[in-house]
Amino acid sequence: MQRADDFAARRAHLARLSEDELERRFWQLAHNITQPLVDMAAQHTSPSIERSVVLRMGFSSLEAQAIVKRVAELGLLGKGAGHVLWRLANANDITLKQAAELLPTEAAAEQLQQIFAGSVR
Amino acid sequence: MDKLAKHEKLNVEAILQNLEHYRPRRKGWTWRKPVSPQVIHGLTFKQTSEGLTQSIPLPSAKHFGNIDPQPDCVITTEIASGRFEDDLRRMRMAAWHGADHIMVIRTAGQSHYDGLIEGTPEGIGGVPITRKQVRASRKALDLIEDEVGRPINFHSYVSGVAGPEIAVLFAEEGVNGAHQDPQYNVLYRNVNMQRSFVDAAVAKTLMAYADMAQIDGAHNANATAREGWKVMPELLVQHGINSAYSRLVGMKTENICLSSVPPCAAPVPALSFDLPYAVALRELFREYRVRAQMNTKYIESDTREAIVSHTLNLLISRLTRADIQSTITPDEGRNVPWHYYNINAVSTAKQAFLAMDGLNDMLEIKRNGPLGERVRELKERAVLFMEEMLSVGGYFKAVEAGFFVDSGYYPERNGDGIVRKSNGGIGVDTVVERDADYFAPVCHHYGYNNIPAQFAGRVCEAVGGCTLCDHSKIAYIDELDAVDNAATRMAATRELREKGLVKPEVEWAGDGVVAVQMFLPAEPRMAHFSALELAKQMNLRDPQVIHKQVMQQAEGTYVEIKGILDATVDSATLNLPPEEVVLSADEVRQEIHERPLRIVAATVGNDEHSVGLREVIDIKHGGLEGYGVECHYLGTSVSIEKIVDAAIELDARAILISTIITHADIHRINMRRLHDLCIEKGVRHRLILIAGGTQVTHELAVESKLDAGFGRGTKGIHVASFMVKNRRERGLN
Repeated sequence: MQRADDFAARRAHLARLSEDELERRFWQLAHNITQPLVDMAAQHTSPSIERSVVLRMGFSSLEAQAIVKRVAELGLLGKGAGHVLWRLANANDITLKQAAELLPTEAAAEQLQQIFAGSVR
Repeated sequence: MDKLAKHEKLNVEAILQNLEHYRPRRKGWTWRKPVSPQVIHGLTFKQTSEGLTQSIPLPSAKHFGNIDPQPDCVITTEIASGRFEDDLRRMRMAAWHGADHIMVIRTAGQSHYDGLIEGTPEGIGGVPITRKQVRASRKALDLIEDEVGRPINFHSYVSGVAGPEIAVLFAEEGVNGAHQDPQYNVLYRNVNMQRSFVDAAVAKTLMAYADMAQIDGAHNANATAREGWKVMPELLVQHGINSAYSRLVGMKTENICLSSVPPCAAPVPALSFDLPYAVALRELFREYRVRAQMNTKYIESDTREAIVSHTLNLLISRLTRADIQSTITPDEGRNVPWHYYNINAVSTAKQAFLAMDGLNDMLEIKRNGPLGERVRELKERAVLFMEEMLSVGGYFKAVEAGFFVDSGYYPERNGDGIVRKSNGGIGVDTVVERDADYFAPVCHHYGYNNIPAQFAGRVCEAVGGCTLCDHSKIAYIDELDAVDNAATRMAATRELREKGLVKPEVEWAGDGVVAVQMFLPAEPRMAHFSALELAKQMNLRDPQVIHKQVMQQAEGTYVEIKGILDATVDSATLNLPPEEVVLSADEVRQEIHERPLRIVAATVGNDEHSVGLREVIDIKHGGLEGYGVECHYLGTSVSIEKIVDAAIELDARAILISTIITHADIHRINMRRLHDLCIEKGVRHRLILIAGGTQVTHELAVESKLDAGFGRGTKGIHVASFMVKNRRERGLN
């Protein structure tokens, strides 16, 4: 878009504002722009976020890559990759490390479909 | 290795050992501790902080008891040569000069690397940020901060498509600060918008937990826009968006730092733009911290021009406010910064801030008048920018419409802004909605988390603890590449260290790079190629012209070249002449005050040169008179007999002769004659005999039976110090 500097006309509604009012308006607008973004973030996740969870659970970055890739392939990223491992470990009474080793198998895929049946998007 | 010694090199090989057991000693950012007023060496400072236990002061400090006052704000230097193991030594040098914020730029391409990099591969234009590199750097900085006596903040970048993972890494490893700004990813790294903002919320939450300082990315707009100052309204908007977003996810305002660069440089009347902008920013963002960066946009190869621009940037910082003062090396327009240019930049900040200490007690900004009008206008333009963003549907729509980094001064639009699409960019379609039963069984996770009731107290109990609560749970990877790693690189230069071979370097151990300055009486193109030819004759490999400036088109050109000098010096076989230890000016002054010292001085023989001797004596030139020495200058072409008689008559303790002419060895003859005559007259034992001159050396004078000789470059302090020490040693009255 091309537009000449129409500041003089555009600012008319700001002219009467005190300095304080102008600054408050700046922060109100910043809030209005960012609130929807923060709300979106709270309700979404990503491969990097899930890897950050798996890292915090004590897996290495190489393990985290493989785990999150597999969870995404299974369509379970929305459950949380850590959650998937945790449920798999609980269901089989094995450790999280063992669950990570089990994860690539077809058996694990079938088991996870059952665990999360009905709640998969 | 648990302590560094001033005269011993940092043992980088030892730093790289046992890293799997290393634990960071603290988390979080550390500000300097201001002391105001602070009296140092009888001088009152208003804007300084607690001092260092060891440091290297400014060169001029030798006139003032070698004091090294530390300004009140954190001082940053960016060190990232591609080989972090060599950067550690540079970090130590920078800390000794007063840097307490070490920023490591990432290697090219890391922001698009979907995951963590491991090991210590070599970087390009920066360093691959990995757990091993971060751990080793923090470990070295622990030793360095103990050595200088002030905490050092270590800093890198939480951006790109692996932001949350890098934030975890930094929180685990005690990294103290980081750049984090989702807008930066979108505009400059073409990361998908949703991905960038969704990831940022998690990354920022982790940074908030680790009490890290966050620096935003707004300054990149004025480095990108054609005329940097036209994006000023947008800069305020970008700072506002990142700050508001950070607060909404729980970051403290005092950890949110705005990265602000004075956007202009001469020949633009820079301060008339830079100062109102700086005032507007600091008024709008009162509660936030300011990270003042220096201008890079208009820097080319002229280091002098860069230093002047940067000093004026420091004036803006002092007239307004800077909590962190970042520095740009004056060689940044030429190459990846060299060791000593980091030190130059840190010293420029320290020097300028000390000189301007207390400035605001004497000057104040005229808020009413043209400056105030510009401040108001900038704020209004920023508000209008955000109003229009909301009117088109919010942030994503505004970016799609090319709102940002347009070269027009908003609301003017030139239609050349950066356009990104919501359904495009790196990492598009990778963001998924969290299901109702989404669960992340770890601490300090942002957003919706369906935590089972039994773990509501501490969520990570579900998985037996997380790495943020239990450092021992971290899975440490040392190296993944058997060749591309620090150990291999260090093996290639081990001989230099083990044999004590001295080889020049500017970035990496043993790189051999040297720079040569020259004036060539030739026009620029001729000078350019002549310089390269001369470099070959100097045995410099791969010579390049790194700077040239015409002095006058026909008369000549100033040229700086660099090249590789494949030569070493063996420190074991090099003969160093014994070093004369010069007493401090204060010590000399004090001793002469207590025990007065009278001397006679003259240029001897048929010799009319007087400049050198006058410089050594004259109070105006920092000469002997300035140290309280009573000087009787007899003039030029004085005979040896006359000066010895004068010394006896005045009961002087020293005779200083200047002897410039060397024809027929007359300077040696004069020196020997002085000694012989003093013996004849029976006064040699109570006189200090000193000769000076362009061809005189200490060795030559001693050979001629005098007590000392001084050549070119001699200052009054050298002679005064020698006389005081010689008088003590010989027990003269």
